[in-house]
Formats: sequence, structure tokens, C-alpha cells
Amino acid sequence: MTMPLLEVEGLRVTIDGPAGTLRAVDGVGFSVGRGETLCLVGESGCGKSLTALAAMRLLPRAARMTADRLAFDGLDLTSLPERALADLRGRRMAMIFQDPMTALNPVHTVGDQLVEVFDRHRLGSRAEGRDRAVRLLERTGVRPAAERMGQYPHQLSGGLRQRVMIAMALMGDPELLIADEPTTALDVTIQAQILRLLRELQREFALGLLLITHNLGIVARVADRVAVMYAGRVVETGTPSEVLGDPRHPYTRGLLSCLPGAGRGPRGSRLGAIPGVVPSLVGPVDGCLFRNRCGEAEADCATTAAEAPRTLAPGRIVRCLKAGVTA
Amino acid sequence: MIRFLLRRLAISVLVALSVSIVAFALLRMSGDLAQELAGERATAEQVEAVRVANGLDRPLPVQYLDWAQRALRGDLGVSLFSGEPAASLIAARLPVTATLALTSMALALALAVPLGVIAATRPNSWIDRVSLMLAVFGQAIPNFWFGLILMLVFGVYLRWTPISGSDTLAHFVLPSVTLGLSAMPAIMRMTRSGMIDALDADYVRTARAKGLLMPAVLVRHALRNAVLPVVSITAVQLGALLGGSVVVESVFALNGIGQLAYQSIQRLDFPVVQAIVLMVSFIYIVLTFLSDIANARLDPRIRLA
Repeated sequence: MTMPLLEVEGLRVTIDGPAGTLRAVDGVGFSVGRGETLCLVGESGCGKSLTALAAMRLLPRAARMTADRLAFDGLDLTSLPERALADLRGRRMAMIFQDPMTALNPVHTVGDQLVEVFDRHRLGSRAEGRDRAVRLLERTGVRPAAERMGQYPHQLSGGLRQRVMIAMALMGDPELLIADEPTTALDVTIQAQILRLLRELQREFALGLLLITHNLGIVARVADRVAVMYAGRVVETGTPSEVLGDPRHPYTRGLLSCLPGAGRGPRGSRLGAIPGVVPSLVGPVDGCLFRNRCGEAEADCATTAAEAPRTLAPGRIVRCLKAGVTA
Repeated sequence: MIRFLLRRLAISVLVALSVSIVAFALLRMSGDLAQELAGERATAEQVEAVRVANGLDRPLPVQYLDWAQRALRGDLGVSLFSGEPAASLIAARLPVTATLALTSMALALALAVPLGVIAATRPNSWIDRVSLMLAVFGQAIPNFWFGLILMLVFGVYLRWTPISGSDTLAHFVLPSVTLGLSAMPAIMRMTRSGMIDALDADYVRTARAKGLLMPAVLVRHALRNAVLPVVSITAVQLGALLGGSVVVESVFALNGIGQLAYQSIQRLDFPVVQAIVLMVSFIYIVLTFLSDIANARLDPRIRLA
């Protein structure tokens, strides 16, 4: 087996606050292979965006990170000096963000912001950079590309700006693309277009794609593999058909029941909701963190053993005492 | 851009007009000028004679229009004290004040912008605290005291610089440091807070995700956005400096606009006072216009709105 492009093991991100230390990401592990799409799914605040930023080593100053392993193509990202990390960013690993309205710099033209990546990584002459920028804008649907090059972000719609962000991420011809909720801030009609574009580009450029989303509906359409996060931990991994078709973690089942349509339950049945709230992640925690919202919880769920990952098959891992039981 | 400029220009003209009316009105409301000019012991007839001789008996709007018309032709009236035209009195003093203002502002900017940027990159670090302390000093220390201390240390004891007068550029060193230190804090705070906001912005995270190195992230992405309000406040501060500093000009015996204004007020030389008020407001108006242009150059959201 070849080495995965991005390997994450035992990733922990903590944020010190007045009330104590928040364990925002608590031992997350997954990997993204070359040309593979991994969907990291979870609700707001489950730590998925921090996980993505940690992979880029772009965590905010207030956050502290440790990891048993955090590697890009075998390079240990935890020990790499900042200069070497900067050489990777934008060149071999790129990232696009949730809010395209604020992610582009308002005072520079679209063209300048794209070519900047090319210049920074010395990928060719300025003319070649402009050529590539125009081609990528054309490809991502920012047309007429030559004209858009000279425009400023505020002259573009949200959907176009996200397309610009995608084009910009591809300027360095990266191997890994991390997309943090790339469609969440967009209109529903635009969401589908952007998602389709991402899927096409992922194949075209053979990208390893780490797609972060709270929308399970996206997963079936794009993912090769899925990791479901809850309260800073990965609670279930598998292929989309495994996770969506045969969810083993009660949280995943809860998420699925919140999804409209998709043939779950008779037409006209009530949309599900998971009762309760996510427990506080400040201070020490043990046991399964979902137990206070789980309909199947038992006394054992409060033990440390309950949070241990159980491997059902290669790549099929569930953090639940009852994982072996088919639902 | 042309439309933006024309709109700004029209606003500037309106402001200039209202400022001239206010300046004129304020001086007339400050007391009976004829009485003041004639002196305390003048008889009623003498006061009336002075009133007529100076045209102060006419209705205020007529006086204003007359004055405004002359002002437009460059005739700002004649000093009641020396009989010289107010315009030439100002022209004689302006170079000194302008030199002082420009050197002070250059010094303030050279100190404030880098300090603000560095402080913003490391909030609560020692360098942030030191620059904040410097800002508090700059704002809290009275200019006359700081000027005298500088004079004492560098002029009297060390004999590095001349202590008074305006003959050479060396004469401007100490007054520039004095004024520059008091102009620095506002600019530094503005730079610091603007940079802190900018460094927190999504586009800076994007810039870092592109692999840009710190100098490019700081200057091309963060500072380029943070500098917009800094330009505006610098224009205002420069206006204040060009209006002349009575205190610093007195301490260092610089014969500038501040001194002229002070003397003219004491002598009730109202044509000269009026002329100075008018000139200072015009400087403000021009600087505001220039900073609007600069902001439009720097921010496409203004330019292309």
C-alpha cells in the first residue's frame, strides 16, 4: 500500500479560556490518499474546521495543537519549520474556506491574487502565471476570465468568489485540497454547482480532497470515504455506503434521521432531531460523549473503554460499545 | 472615479463656503470691534468714526460679501497693527510652519507605522507595551515641558543642536521631535488596531494558506487594508500641524503661523486673525480632499462604488 497523502493520528487541539481548557479536537485520526475524497462530517462546533486548519498548520494563535502523527506525503508537519510549511501551502496543499465574501482581499484584483500564488512559489514567469490564472478562471466558470482578472472581489457574487477561491487554490497545482464547508455560505442552487465543480476538478487534477461539511447529503455524492465527527472525536468511519447505509454509531443514525427525503421513513413522516445538547468540552471528560443524548446508552457508556475505537473492518471504525450490533 | 472626484470637490467647495461664513461671524460676535479698536478711553464719536472708517457700520451680510469678494481675489485685508497685507504676513510665516509640520509628520509616521504594525503582530508583548507607553507619553507630556527638556539636554548640555530660531534645518530637529511625538500616538493606535483587525481577517488566513511569507502577508495583505483609516487621521493631524503650534513655536522661537495667530489675537488685529482662520480651514479642506483621493486610490470599494 502506498503512503497516504495526509495522515492524521491522535490530533488534539485545545483552546485555553477563562473557564478552563477546551478540548476542541480530542484525538482525531484519519488519512487522505492520493486522488481520494474524504468527507469529514459533523455539526457546528464539533472541531472539524479546527482539524482542517491544524492540517494546514494555520490554527489561530490561541489554539494549541499536539498530534501523534500529522504528516503530508511523509513529511512531519508538526516539526517542519514555518518556512518549509509556507513552501508547502498553496503549492502542494491548498485550502478553500467557508465564506467567500471575506476570504478574498478586497483591495487587490482577482488576477493579482491568483498570480500571487504562482509568483510566491516561483512556478514560472508573470506571463505564464497570468495564462494559468486565466485558464483556471475559465475552467472554474469565472467568465469572461480575462475581464474578471482585473475586477475586485466586491464586484463578484458569492458563487463567483468561491469559484475564484477554487481557481486560486489550484494555481500551485496542489496534490491535496482542503475545502472547509465550501458551499455552506452559498445559495442552494449555487451549492450544487460548486459541489459538482469540486468533484470534477478532484478527478481532473487527481486531487486528494478533504471535504469538510455538516451536510450528510453531500457525502453520498462526492466521498470515497467518510469520517463522522462528534464533540472533537471521530466516532465513525467507512465508505459512504457503509456509513449511510449501515450506520453503526447512534450519532450517525441521528444525523441521518435529520436528513429529509433519501428514502428513510415514509413520505410525510416527521424530520428527526437529536435531543439534548453537546456536552461541555471544558475540563476533563471521559466515556462516550454522546451518551447523554443517546437512546441506547447504558451504565458502561460512562467508562473509558466506551470511547475506544472498534475496528469492524479495514477503514471501518466505530467508537461505540455496541458497534458490533447491527442496527 | 471622475464622478467620485467631482462629488468630493463639490462638497469641499460647500464646506469652504460655510467655514468662511462661520469664521467671519465668530469674529464679529466676539465683541464690538469698533469699541475695541478705538480703545477704552475713546469717546462715542471716536468709536463711531472708527466704525465707519473700517466699514463696520454696514449690515453684516454686506460686510461678509465684501470681505469674501476680496478674499477670492487674494486680498485678505490689511493688518490693523502694521498696515501690511495679511496675506503677505502669512506668506512670510508659512515656510517655517510648513517645514516644521512636514518634518514632524515624517517623524511621527516613521515611528508610528512600524511600531503599530509590530505591536499588532505581537499583542501584549514587551514591544507592544513599550510602544503603548511611548504613545501614552506622547499624549500626556505637555509640549512646552518636553521641548524645554530636549533643549536642555541636546542643546545646552550636549550642544548637538541649536536651541532656537529657524535658520537651518538643524534648528528644526528639536521642535520636530517635540511635535512629532505628540502627533505619533493617534497614528500608532490607529495602525495597531487596524492591523489587529486585518490580521484577524479571513483574507489574511487565505494569504497564509497560499504560502505567502510574513512580510508579504503583513504588508501586501494586512497593512494595505489597515492603512486606509491611517491616511485619514494623518491628514487631520497634518492639518493641525500646518495651523501652527503656538506652544512649540514659542518655546523654540520659531516665527511661524502659530506665533502670528497668537500675536494677532492679542492685538485685536481681526483682519489677520480672519485670514489665518480662513487659511487653516482651507488647508484642512485641501488635505481632506487629498486623503479622500488617496483612500479612493487605495480602496476599490470606494473608487468603483
